[in-house]
Parts: sequence; structure tokens; C-alpha cells
Amino acid sequence: MSFTRRQSLALGLGTAAAVALPFRPALAAVEDDIAAFTGGAEVGSGGVTLTAPEIAENGNTVPIEVSAPGAASILVLAAGNPNPGVATFNFGPLAASQTASTRIRLAGTQDVVAIAKMADGSFASDRKEVKVTIGGCGG
Amino acid sequence: MAEGVKPRVKVPKTATAGEAITIKTLISHQMESGQRKDSDGNAIPRSIINRFVVDFNGENVLDVTLEPAISTNPYFEFEATVPESGEFHFTWYDDDGSVYETTEPITVG
Amino acid sequence: MNRMSAPGLSAATAIAVVTGLAAPAFGGPDDDELIINGDTTIITEAPAPDHMEYISTIYSGWRFRTDETQALEEDDFDNPAMLAVDAALEAFDTVEGDAGESCASCHGDVESFAGLTAHMPKVGEDGNLVVMEDLINECRTDRMQTEAWKWSGDDMQSMVALIGLQSRGMTMDVAIDGPAAPFWQQGKDMYYTRYGQLELSCANCHEDNWGNMIRADHLSQGQINGFPTYRLKQAKLISKHNRFRGCIRDTRAETFAEGSDEFRALELYVASRGNGLSVETPAVRQ
Repeated sequence: MSFTRRQSLALGLGTAAAVALPFRPALAAVEDDIAAFTGGAEVGSGGVTLTAPEIAENGNTVPIEVSAPGAASILVLAAGNPNPGVATFNFGPLAASQTASTRIRLAGTQDVVAIAKMADGSFASDRKEVKVTIGGCGG
Repeated sequence: MAEGVKPRVKVPKTATAGEAITIKTLISHQMESGQRKDSDGNAIPRSIINRFVVDFNGENVLDVTLEPAISTNPYFEFEATVPESGEFHFTWYDDDGSVYETTEPITVG
Repeated sequence: MNRMSAPGLSAATAIAVVTGLAAPAFGGPDDDELIINGDTTIITEAPAPDHMEYISTIYSGWRFRTDETQALEEDDFDNPAMLAVDAALEAFDTVEGDAGESCASCHGDVESFAGLTAHMPKVGEDGNLVVMEDLINECRTDRMQTEAWKWSGDDMQSMVALIGLQSRGMTMDVAIDGPAAPFWQQGKDMYYTRYGQLELSCANCHEDNWGNMIRADHLSQGQINGFPTYRLKQAKLISKHNRFRGCIRDTRAETFAEGSDEFRALELYVASRGNGLSVETPAVRQ
């Protein structure tokens, strides 16, 4: 099988579009994950803080911290990953604070979302955009 | 069991009663996401640590559910309250059924 | 920033200009100081050694990274490379091979290697240029009578990092004269040779354009004092020769092999461009 240059170009563009797709429609999956965590309850703002770098040099290892004083648990989602789930932190009676740090994978520039379930059963969320640099020799 | 999985934990040796202490944990694990393909184009199956639990003298500090978006060599940092002398118990659960455990004592003076 | 530039507009310069310097926060190295575990001060900036004509100040690659990447190297517990170092420490004490020996059988405590990495590569008694991987495999095959390790394999690079760690904070000082001179000259010639379809030499990026952006990558001076280094991209320890291979491959060239005489010579020359910086392995980079 052989391709003309024009055919090859068209193929290449099609592949690029197909590769780009998974980063777009993950929103529905994010909504599903949030609904599963909240049971459909309203999600307010304030009370939970997500700390993440504005620019990550490599999407393989991005440090984040979540903090929600008094929360029972915190769900972390990466809205632009093939699967949005990242982690759920459940704090026990001996947690000195409802704060935790970890390192996560981001498939590209996207929003990271934290949703806290407070002790009174209410929910709060915070989100940060992380720009993931791709390309260059180090990327 | 995934090969060469080794946990590292950092817990202060001593504390005062009720003090909030910082704990760091790291474990060597590939955290194969299930998203990658091998050189023949076949999907590499997911193989991750899916849960991490920290208890102190039988009472829970932290219980984390991990998804494939957690980086290779999972790292966690958090704070615990230490009511009395005793032992922290750290447990990591692997997709393949393996369980990795380590303990660390602390003295309350 | 105090620097001179080599003559000639290189292809790399053109790339940097075309793609633009998107992030204004970038430029030269930052002003951060690297103190590991609060007690080991790392020299990340030093006057360039006399043999370097076009650069007046040398910088560790650490100074070109973001705060988040830098932080991973500031505490040994936060540094994921230390998992590999722990594994190497175990291997150091493990008997392997027909001779029934471990590393420790001859060398005792691994701390006995303090200082060695600061002077590597060096010319051996037989007149050959040797790098750390050669010394380790010679011990394995000759003294332990077991199999040689693969150059960039986890076992090998973890051991190179463990031995290098014993010299962390010491000043790099490789010999470039005497028996080392011809190897050093060979490495220098390679450094300034344009390779591949992109016709790029090491110097085009790491001498003419350090501090600039090559696409999304903040170019360092290409120092190797932090190698083996934990690269976030691969999430494991990466060897010097693997990095050389990656750079030459990115110029769209056929590369030299890891463990080739060419890369040994290049390693000596590039190491000598870092004379004055601290041994920093195992560093953490993007």
C-alpha cells in the first residue's frame, strides 16, 4: 500500500483530530463523577482550597494540595483526562487537618477540580486551571 | 505481586499529646494507567495501587481511593493527631491483590 | 545575565525566534539557592572553567526549572529518585555471582566512594577512558563473576546514583589534560559538530541559546552534574548517555550507542564544562 503526499497529509490531519478528541467531551464524565459523589446535591463554593501550579513542566508529575477544614472527604477530578477520576481523600478521626498533598498526571492543559463533602452534608468545590507544557526536548 | 514495591514513610520519632504531626509517604509503583500501548500497539492493562489507608492504634487517620491519574511512585503528605504513644499502620492495596504494609512507632512524652 | 554568544545564527536560534518566548517569566536562570535537607549546600552557579570560550558563568540545570520541580530535589524524602537509591543500597549488600561476593565484600561501606564521582570520567591504568558504568560492570563481571548490567537499566543507574550520592555537594573536577587530553578533544569536537537533518550541535542549544525557550522547554546549559537524574517525563532515573542519545535523536540523526566510545568522550567533555559545580545526583528534572 502506498500513499501520495496529499493522501498522507489528509491521513495525518485525521489522526490529529482523532487524538485531540478525548480531551473535549470528558465533561459528561466529570458531571457523572460529581453526581455520584454528591448524590445530586447542590455544590457551593468556599470552604475548600485546591492548590496547583499555574504551569506544570511535565504532566506526568504535578503536585497538588487540597484543604477543606472540617470536611469528611474530598474528591479530586482532572476534567481533561481520559478518565477524570484522580483520588478521594476520606479523613478519619485522627486526621489533624483535612489537608492532603499528592502528585498527579494531567494529559494536557485543563481544570483540576476539588469537591469537599462537609461534616454537615453540604458540598463545596474549587477549581484551578493547570497549563501543561508539551513539546521541546524535555516535554 | 508487582516487583520491587517498597514503601518509605517519614514520621517524627516523638510528639507531645494531641500535637499535629506531618507525615509523608512514598511507595515505588509503576501505576500503569491502562491508557498506554506497548510497541505492538496492544493496550497495557491497568495495574495500580487503588487504596491507601493510615491508622494509628487502630483508629483511622486517612483513607484514600487512588485512580490511574495518581503519578508513578505515589506520594502523600498529610497531618495526624497523636493522642498517646503507639504505632502508625500504613497499608497500600494493589489491583493484583497484593497488600503492602509498614508500621512506624511514635513516642508521646 | 552575563554571557557571550558564539558567532553565527544557528538553526536553534531561528527556532527559538520563530516559536517565540511565550512565557515572559522565563529568561535566564532564576536566583534560587539549592540547599538539600536543610544542610547540604549545592553550588548551582560558578565561574566557567578556563577552557570554555563562550560562556562566563556555569549554572546547574536546577536553576532553569519551575519552583515545583525544584522543590522535589530540596528534600531527600520528596525526591522520588531515593526509592531507586534505597534499592541500590540493598543490591550493594547482596551477594551475586559465582565468586560469592557482594559490592560490600570488597568495598565495605558505600561511603568509601565519597569523592569518586567528582573526578569521573577518568583514564584508567590501561589507557582507556572509563565512566562509572564501566567500573561497576567490571566489578560485576571480573570480581563477582556475574552478568553485566544493561547501561541504562534501573539496576545500573540506581547504583551509579548511589555511588554519586556519596559525593553530593563536592565540587566537580574532572581531569582534561595528560592522558585525558585526546579523549577530551574528541568530546569537544563532537560538542560542536552539527548532527542530523536539523543540523544542530550540542552548542547550538546549550551554549548559544541556554535560557531561551525551545518550544515549551526552558533550555539549560546541558550540565550533567545532576545525572543520573530522575526525569518526570519517564518517572525514573535517566543515564547521561540516554540523555545524549535523546538530544541527538531530536536532531533527527542516527545516534551513537549508550556505552559507545563516542559517548564516553562526550561525557568527559560535558562533565568538564561543569567543573566548579557540585555533584548533584540524583537530581530531579522535568
